[in-house]
Amino acid sequence: MTVPLLQIRDLSVSFANRRGDPFEAVSGVDLTVNAGELHGVVGESGSGKSVTMLAVMGLLSPGARVSGSIRLDGQELVGLSERQMRKVRGRRIGYIFQDPMTALNPLMTVGAQIAEAVRLHKPQVGRSQARERAVELLRLVSIPMPEERASQYPHEFSGGMRQRAVIAMAMANEPELLIADEPTTALDVTIQAQIMELLERLRQDKGVGIVLVTHDLGVVAGAARGLSIMYCGRVVERGLVDDVFDKPLHPYTKGLLGSLPQPDARAARLRAIPGAPPPIGARPSGCAFHPRCGFALDICRAERPGLRPIGATTVACHRAEAVAMREAVEVSVHDA
Amino acid sequence: MSTYIVRRLIAMPLLLLGVITVAFLLTHFTAADPLTSIIGERQMNNPAVVEAARARWGLDRSLPERYVIYLGNLLQGDMGTSFRTRQPVAHDLMVRLPATLELVISAMLLGTIFGVVLGVLAARFRDGPIDNIARFFALIGASAPVFWTGLVVLFIFSVQLGWLPGPGRIDSRAVAPPFVTGFYTIDTLVAGDWAGFRSVLMHLILPASVLGWTVTGIVSRMVRASMLDVLSQEYILAARAKGAGPLRVLINHALRNAMLPTLTILGFSFAYLITGAILTETIFSWPGIGSYAVAAARGLDNPAIVGVTIIGGAAFLITNLLTDIAYALVDPRVKLSRQEGS
Repeated sequence: MTVPLLQIRDLSVSFANRRGDPFEAVSGVDLTVNAGELHGVVGESGSGKSVTMLAVMGLLSPGARVSGSIRLDGQELVGLSERQMRKVRGRRIGYIFQDPMTALNPLMTVGAQIAEAVRLHKPQVGRSQARERAVELLRLVSIPMPEERASQYPHEFSGGMRQRAVIAMAMANEPELLIADEPTTALDVTIQAQIMELLERLRQDKGVGIVLVTHDLGVVAGAARGLSIMYCGRVVERGLVDDVFDKPLHPYTKGLLGSLPQPDARAARLRAIPGAPPPIGARPSGCAFHPRCGFALDICRAERPGLRPIGATTVACHRAEAVAMREAVEVSVHDA
Repeated sequence: MSTYIVRRLIAMPLLLLGVITVAFLLTHFTAADPLTSIIGERQMNNPAVVEAARARWGLDRSLPERYVIYLGNLLQGDMGTSFRTRQPVAHDLMVRLPATLELVISAMLLGTIFGVVLGVLAARFRDGPIDNIARFFALIGASAPVFWTGLVVLFIFSVQLGWLPGPGRIDSRAVAPPFVTGFYTIDTLVAGDWAGFRSVLMHLILPASVLGWTVTGIVSRMVRASMLDVLSQEYILAARAKGAGPLRVLINHALRNAMLPTLTILGFSFAYLITGAILTETIFSWPGIGSYAVAAARGLDNPAIVGVTIIGGAAFLITNLLTDIAYALVDPRVKLSRQEGS
């Protein structure tokens, strides 16, 4: 068996709050991404997806405590020194940020920022060479007139163009892995599709593995192969996109799918998941989802379910069988 | 950008005219009669002397008349004659302005360097010991009165330790360098007078440090605040995600952005200090504009007061323009010219 590109095992991240009490933002997360594969990580804000990804990059604030294992191509990243991590960042892992409006330095030309990414890891590359490479990368991400664009500043770029530039920056050193943290959230829907196409093309042409973090199942649907659903700092369901979409086993996944607009069901109201995610630091006992769950029993309140395989998917739910059995259980808000 | 600068340069004389007018009117409407300072209080009872002095200084004419005459003279570089020194005001200012500029530029250099370094360190090591020390240092600089800090440093470094000379611009036994620019540092060098140059530098250290300390106080707090703001921006995280080291992130990415709001403070401080260095100049017997202004105000020396006010106003106008230009040079988002108006 080949070594997975990214293998996260039992990753936990805890922070201290103002009073110094620790709380876990991410608990026992497992995640496996194979080379050249696009893996979706889906969850609401506060579900721990961004924290997990920043942990992979070693970019968490100094107060964060990380335990577990993160392996990139077999190499353990947890415990690496800052200096060693710097050789991983930008060279072996490229990071794409949510908001392209703020992810670029406003005082540097786009070309200079991409060239910087090149030269940080290849100091032997000269300035003019790095600039040529920047133009080449802008061309790779389909920015028209890359020569002119390279000497422009971020404010002269549109949102979609900026995100392309950010992607070019992330691709500067042909990394094995791209982490895209909500890359389309801040963009118009039409631009979203273009960015997703671009990521897919990079995956196919360059063979780069991609972790796509999003709260939008719709984005994942067409693009990803594997899928992990996160809730309250844990992975609650994991499997192939087709399986999970076809037969969601966790009530939360089911709720997420139910809240997607269906083009063929125009009359039906969108069903929202009732309630809101609990505040960090005040997570419910047992299964964290139970206060919002239509399937919850006493056991859900008392005992936290572990991940277990059911069919091709893996799910953390005491009631997964019941969820699978019952079609369209009303977890929706009562219509007023 | 050049059209913008031209437009600003055209507007500048108009703004200056406003400054002149206000300064002129204000001195006229002050309650005290400048004649007392010209001829002395005892002669005020002698109508013949009073009349003669009025005529001599043009005070017998009406206000609009005097205003027009003053403006006409000003256009020829004549700012009137000081009641006190009996010298042309323009000449007095010409001699004293370089002294002030030399002091203020040195103070700004020191203040900016220390302020930026302290601000960056304070932001980087936020809430740590360095931050606290920097905060304390800035607090003293910004709040302790210069006449106190000035005396303290004079006492310590000049009187007690004897490391640095006392007040004045140059060793009292030395001869002032021949006037070229009025900057003693430059003039001694032009004259090839190395001992004099050294003496001038040594004399600059204390007053420039005391004055610069106030600048450090403001600048370091400003830099710290904007650094903290910038460091929380996503492009800082993005720079780290590229693999950039801490120093590179701090200087190339964070500081450049954090300096933008600081530019305004720097420009403002500079303009303010041109006429605001009074206390420092007094403590250190610095023959600059500030001490001249105080003497003028005390002696009801109206021509000198208006002259100093014009210099102060011009200093603000010029530094404002320079600040705006600097902004445009540093920040690509600032477009000074209104191109193709929408």
